[in-house]
Amino acid sequence: MMRMIATASAVLLISLGVFAQEGQLDALRGQVPLLEERTPEPLYDAENDDRRRSRAYPMQPPTIPHKIDNYQVDLNANRCMSCHSRQRVGETQAPMISVTHYMDRDGNFLAELSPRRYFCDQCHVPQTDAPLAVENRFVDIAEILRQRRETQE
Amino acid sequence: MIKRIKNLLSVFWRVFNSPSGYFSLGFLTVGGFIGGVLFWGGFNTAMEATNTEQFCISCHEMRANVYEEIQPTIHFTNRSGVRAVCSDCHVPHDWTDKIARKMQASKEVWGKIFGTINTREKFLDHRLEMASREWRRFEANDSLECRNCHDEDAMDLTRQSSRAAEAHRRGLIDGDDTCITCHKGIAHELPDMAGVEGWE
Repeated sequence: MMRMIATASAVLLISLGVFAQEGQLDALRGQVPLLEERTPEPLYDAENDDRRRSRAYPMQPPTIPHKIDNYQVDLNANRCMSCHSRQRVGETQAPMISVTHYMDRDGNFLAELSPRRYFCDQCHVPQTDAPLAVENRFVDIAEILRQRRETQE
Repeated sequence: MIKRIKNLLSVFWRVFNSPSGYFSLGFLTVGGFIGGVLFWGGFNTAMEATNTEQFCISCHEMRANVYEEIQPTIHFTNRSGVRAVCSDCHVPHDWTDKIARKMQASKEVWGKIFGTINTREKFLDHRLEMASREWRRFEANDSLECRNCHDEDAMDLTRQSSRAAEAHRRGLIDGDDTCITCHKGIAHELPDMAGVEGWE
């Protein structure tokens, strides 16, 4: 019995190893053997044109169309909110954070940004011009609906 | 007691006010000139020495806190290799303003001697107070130290991102904002900003 388990796990491990070698993406090291040093990828520029991207689905947190290098978001200060908070948008003309950010998890409205929404870049991220690491096969729901309408006709 | 001080002062004044009995006029004028040059040169050299980054970070209060924090920022690490050191932003370049600031800085020597911020905790406790003082100073002198390098007349707004250009046009050029109104915490970490205007 023990031998069987040992053999089975050995086969599993080897096959996993084979899979890992074949085309599996390792974002940190790529396909470079452990003992070799990898030439790091260049850093890509963050999009900074202030043009809003459309959202892939209605609930998607909007991406950040500008650089956020060295923006301080911590216990002491929230750089994002110095433009995007309700009180500041009049002056800065930045889009206001959505109303859900002023709600607690029971849907009650708060006077200030809800603590659970405080760390902006948990959901909102800037974009770079880096080539895609994997092929993106996401299909917009509107596209699916359109195709279905066409097949029904 | 007061009489004795008066006596002493009057003796001093008599000596000071009477013509020199021993030294030639040539010695007094040339010697005075050379002495003046030495004094002035020495004074300015000493003052310049207190304006170096080496001098500032010779105290651990500066080296372990603010100097650590500036290193990842654009004013320390950047592609073009131009670096702003402490005094570029915290000491005016004009002579009279510089002397005034240096006199204020004697308060900071006091703080050093009595260890007002000699631990990280004490430093953080005083951070808002110290930062506010700098913000007030920048607001009062229209961000003079920023403008030693960043002149709004020399800014090509078309080379800025649209967001930056729009904000500069609205606040800096048409409005009466100054650099520090928006650009707080660009070289050091911000203190607890609760209650600071514009950071609600």
